[in-house]
Amino acid sequence: MRLIQKVGDWFDLRLQLGSPIRETVQHPVPRETASWLYVFGSAALTCFVLQIVTGILLALIYVPSAGEAWNSLQILNHGISLGWFIRALHSWGSNFMVAIVLIHMVQVFLFGAYKFPRELTWIAGVFLLLVTLGMAFTGQVLRFDQDAYWGLGIGASIASRVPVIGPWAVKLMLGGPIIAGTTLSRFFALHVFVIPGLLIAFVGVHLLMVLKLGINEWPMPGRIVRRDTYLEEYRDLTHKQGVPFVPNAVWKDILFSGFILLSIALCALYFGPFGPSGQPDPTIIQTAPRPDFFFLWLYALLSFLPPSAETPILLIGPAIGIIVLLVLPFVAGEGEKSWKRRPIAVLTILLIAVALGTLTRLAEHTPWSPVMDAWSSQPIPSKFLQGRTALERRGALVFQAKQCHNCHSLDDRGGQRGPALDGVALHLTEDQLVHQVIQGGGNMPAYGKNLSPSETTALVAFLKTLHPASQTPARDASRAAALGASEVSPRP
Amino acid sequence: MSVDNGMSRRAMLVKLGLLLNAIFGVLLAVPIVRYLLSPVIRERKFGYDSWLSLGGLEQFPAGQTRLAAYKNPVVNAWDGETGDVACWVRNVDGQKFQVFAINCAHLGCPVRWFAQSNLFMCPCHGGAYYQDGARASGPPERGLFEYHYRIEDGKLLIRAGEMPTPGQPVANKAGEKTTCA
Repeated sequence: MRLIQKVGDWFDLRLQLGSPIRETVQHPVPRETASWLYVFGSAALTCFVLQIVTGILLALIYVPSAGEAWNSLQILNHGISLGWFIRALHSWGSNFMVAIVLIHMVQVFLFGAYKFPRELTWIAGVFLLLVTLGMAFTGQVLRFDQDAYWGLGIGASIASRVPVIGPWAVKLMLGGPIIAGTTLSRFFALHVFVIPGLLIAFVGVHLLMVLKLGINEWPMPGRIVRRDTYLEEYRDLTHKQGVPFVPNAVWKDILFSGFILLSIALCALYFGPFGPSGQPDPTIIQTAPRPDFFFLWLYALLSFLPPSAETPILLIGPAIGIIVLLVLPFVAGEGEKSWKRRPIAVLTILLIAVALGTLTRLAEHTPWSPVMDAWSSQPIPSKFLQGRTALERRGALVFQAKQCHNCHSLDDRGGQRGPALDGVALHLTEDQLVHQVIQGGGNMPAYGKNLSPSETTALVAFLKTLHPASQTPARDASRAAALGASEVSPRP
Repeated sequence: MSVDNGMSRRAMLVKLGLLLNAIFGVLLAVPIVRYLLSPVIRERKFGYDSWLSLGGLEQFPAGQTRLAAYKNPVVNAWDGETGDVACWVRNVDGQKFQVFAINCAHLGCPVRWFAQSNLFMCPCHGGAYYQDGARASGPPERGLFEYHYRIEDGKLLIRAGEMPTPGQPVANKAGEKTTCA
């Protein structure tokens, strides 16, 4: 024991870190902040440390070359002992990190932590969110598979829409005229050097301010933040009623971080690593690229925006979002902290959560995409064919052969790009069906040039049978009048 | 020499030192910025596009649309398969051709050709195009990007070398003439 003490003293005489460390770990914090709701910041940091460690381990094998990256991932998955597990830890760690950063942000927002004097802490936090998302996106690119390749294409297409400098921005992003070796190299440099450097810098500033200004106190309804009195009130909370950070608060941080590490390890063990999917060969086009989980909402949004609004919303929307986050502490730097007295703040969070959740859920099903192989792999249910005439069955064949099934479902099978056709005959008369098929419209291509008259006749005959047996199909009353009573069935 | 003078001389030396560092910093910044902008500078000096062969005309029967691929003219040794680029070739009537970029005009995903319904469909956000590349439905604002082509010694040549994007489609580039057949 005395030897350890002596060695410790030897180092401390030179480093002189002992007393600042003691001061830091024992600094008083408001009693109520030793709470399970105050553990997300440290958990995010734990995830980041895990990402650094596993990232370095992956870099021992990974080759950042467009020609070799995919092969080196295969080696990691199958050729190196437990390489798959390190990959899985890194990718699950990434998902957990983004999730925890978001939860942390929601918590500090609802607890009013961005108010005076912690404006800069919040701003550093906003940058931390951005660089974390930057890590997630560039990391997805380094998993250099089909999704990464076409994901880069989507990124380039968005960058190209910037007025005036768009084409330049694309070249700078790709490092050349196409997605190729230089593209992967620069995303490697971003993911491994530039963005982690920024992350470490922002984490440092963020943590320093948390220590210097103290952790945000537990908000009480009615306890109003005022610039001229707050510091004094906070001093009371910490020095008169406070508790030392170690051990009163820190044990919850440590336990939760351990729980998160265990969860990441279990997910990695059970679900394994993500991909890589197919080779990044641009001539293999049988692919439906999808972004990773945390960008799925954007994928959904891009299919729902009207074409004319898409470019402005894509380019201006993120800028507005970031500016709102950065300006927030300046417009609401004082006042009520408790979420119980801030209904608009709570509603904003709920609205954003519901919107992102809905878009993410939709992106998991992609109802806007044609089911590319429905015409050849999903037969028309037999109930739509039984008891039909030869012409109607011929129409069902046209329905499959002309790939109508890729966009229209029958009995919940097939694409959802267009409306389900189970009851189409209830809504459209024969003439309207012919018109819709031949001329298209309402986001449907016109098939006039692709269908012979006999095919159209057969197809429409089939479509006319698509209605519940108990309901009569739509009919054109004026047609009955024009053709005379003999042509149509008499009214009851 | 008074103390004040000594202080001001030191202050002046500090300023001089800072100035020298600033000058060298700027001198270093020029090549660094130029290095970073090299993809843009390369384009402005030489351009990326050149005429490339897609192979003999016999590969593209009249009235059909076929997938073709070419090696991008600007490649590095380590590009691997990413240096290969696919495109759709439509032989309109044996005389006239159309060569479409593989990239959807919406966000660049690879469109697929459906010969039965004569449509190109995009798997990402559901854009669809007619056989002549015109927009049929979905989020794209325009038709498919089309390469310039010419026929030489029984071979189909296209002018390509850059990924077409909504901001820089192939056919709309300034200073280029329309299709020569």
